[in-house]
Amino acid sequence: MNAIDQSLQSLRDTFRRDLVWPFLAPEHAAKVDVSNQMILYVEGLNLSFDGFKALNDLNLYVKDGELRCLIGANGAGKTTLMDVITGKSKPDSGSVFFGQTHNLLSKDEADIAQLGIGRKFQKPTVFEEQSVFDNLELSLKTDKRVIQTLFSRLSPSEIDRIDEVLKIIGLNDQRFMKAGALSHGQKQWLEIGMLLVSDPRLLLIDEPVAGMTAQETERTAELLTSLAGERTVIVVEHDMEFVRSIARTVTVLHQGSVLAEGTMDQIQNNKDVIEVYLGEEAVEA
Amino acid sequence: MSKLLHWFSAGRTSGKYTLPFVILLLGITLLASAANLLLPESSALHVSTYSITLLGKYLCYAMLALAVDIIWGYCGILSLGHGAFFALGGYAMGMYLMRQIGDRGVYGHPTLPDFMVFLDWQELPWFWLGMDQFWFAMIMAVLVPGLLAFVFGWLAFRSRVTGVYLSIMTQALTYALLLAFFRNEMGFGGNNGLTDFKEILGFDLQSDATRVSLFIITALLLALVLLVSQRILSSRLGKVTLAVRDAEARTRFIGYRTERYKVWLFVYSAVIAGVAGALYVPQVGIINPGEFSPINSIEIVIWVAVGGRGTLIGAIIGALLVNYAKTRFTAIMPDGWLFALGALFVLVTLFLPKGLIGLYGQLKSKRQTLSTQEASS
Ligand SMILES: Nc1ncnc2c1ncn2[C@@H]1O[C@H](COP(=O)(O)OP(=O)(O)O)[C@@H](O)[C@H]1O
Ligand SMILES: [Mg+2]
Repeated sequence: MNAIDQSLQSLRDTFRRDLVWPFLAPEHAAKVDVSNQMILYVEGLNLSFDGFKALNDLNLYVKDGELRCLIGANGAGKTTLMDVITGKSKPDSGSVFFGQTHNLLSKDEADIAQLGIGRKFQKPTVFEEQSVFDNLELSLKTDKRVIQTLFSRLSPSEIDRIDEVLKIIGLNDQRFMKAGALSHGQKQWLEIGMLLVSDPRLLLIDEPVAGMTAQETERTAELLTSLAGERTVIVVEHDMEFVRSIARTVTVLHQGSVLAEGTMDQIQNNKDVIEVYLGEEAVEA
Repeated sequence: MSKLLHWFSAGRTSGKYTLPFVILLLGITLLASAANLLLPESSALHVSTYSITLLGKYLCYAMLALAVDIIWGYCGILSLGHGAFFALGGYAMGMYLMRQIGDRGVYGHPTLPDFMVFLDWQELPWFWLGMDQFWFAMIMAVLVPGLLAFVFGWLAFRSRVTGVYLSIMTQALTYALLLAFFRNEMGFGGNNGLTDFKEILGFDLQSDATRVSLFIITALLLALVLLVSQRILSSRLGKVTLAVRDAEARTRFIGYRTERYKVWLFVYSAVIAGVAGALYVPQVGIINPGEFSPINSIEIVIWVAVGGRGTLIGAIIGALLVNYAKTRFTAIMPDGWLFALGALFVLVTLFLPKGLIGLYGQLKSKRQTLSTQEASS
């Protein structure tokens, strides 16, 4: 009797109306398993360019919802780390997991983006020949396969979403302007907007305030802090003032590996860091 | 169906000149056709059948230019091998026309084309089977270029070959086909190609009415291809295409599989080129391996550059103007054309980077600023 009950139950489960069969579920709705509170696991990463070790046994763990700052001198490997996480470069060895289940090293850029990892580049790259609005439309979280894109049309909720982001990034009046005509700071904002509109789980932001005025920098700091919590944010920044204003946890990279990790105060008092990083600054000053 | 119609009518501002252009194109086509068929030859307004055929040929080139512009102007893939897709479409049509000749060839063989009898072949090679059916030959005219483009694109774009390397590969592709089609054993007529066509669908290819019909059909198909392409390129897929052209890596990082977009656009473009080739052959009456020559493919790119790449109408205008100039020029100085073409290309790249359409845009905006200055003073 019991066996029949069980098989009946499993049959009912199979045809439950409130669930979608796994193979029918759209790819981009893939779940990120963060049951251990960690969203990003980077372990033992090595990557060398012609013998030069850009990443050297790098380990990094980022909690779900955290706002993490990466600092380090020029050439420390910060951008290279982002390249590896987003699928642009493949490391020589090591592993990168998004949640507990998604092995990022086995995926390409498009896959990784669709999993919900968004990236802002060090040098702002927007689609210069297209309008600000189109830039945002392209970045929407939608089905990005060819045929679906051909027949897609903006839904009212998507338009609302774009309008909302345009207000947040302060480019509402420039919405029909070509992105190439924007100022450097505005391009930075547009790129942040492209991130926001794609509704990512994890944001990788490389030097966001370069070329921004003090006021814009302050607004960026506010925006990034407000994003953390629901999303996870990793920021690379040189501007120590800026880092101080947003950071809870700071990771210092040096010659391709992690030199120190902790709160801003801990970092500032860390002997190694003073020696190799803040020391230089102190000497220069 | 209604969804499809809706998709068609929802074009955005970018194509605002397309509809007027299509009306103009079809209007001229009808006038020229009427002037050929209805006016007596003595009339000053009579258009000769020779001119009609020449116009039809230009329109085929215009369609080919459109195909190249879609892939180069909009997606940044500089294909220097589109002549190959054009020629393959042409050969499919040529094979059909050969089989239409039936037993009226020089050797009078009931099924074998003359060149096969000459080579002492006993039966049709397998790839000639079915080509006596018009519908089958037309399917081949789009399927073969499409398949070749798919395989080539899939291999090249997936391994992320771009820029000059890709252009060289496309040149190699058309060159390889040139060498292959030159060989008699390939079964495509060797260096003589396919010619001496008699009829298409039972209509005499030499008659005025057939010539005019082919011309009108070419114009109609060009208009259709233009409208469909305009619509595709103003959809979100068109925006992704531009994004790939301007910043492909960035496009990947927002989640688009750019290589798939490139492959499908390449296939679409190759199919258009194939159709253009199939329309070309019955009008000029011959197809031979020369159509595969690498220089042909380079010429197409120059037509597009002259007209203005990244504007579909520009590509069409460029093809029409340059080919008209070529007809005129080669009548005077047959050997000088390649030099003239090279000079034209240099001039356009230096002084008209956006082609004639870009020049028109510049003049217009200059006049606008002038008139606003006048209004304010
Ligand atoms: N594609 C590459 N080829 C060779 N060397 C590279 C490449 N990318 C980065 N590097 C080198 O790796 C090191 C780390 O660079 P990067 O990650 O950009 O540093 P940063 O921390 O300033 O962002 C630098 O010394 C840089 O020159
Ligand atoms: Mg960097």
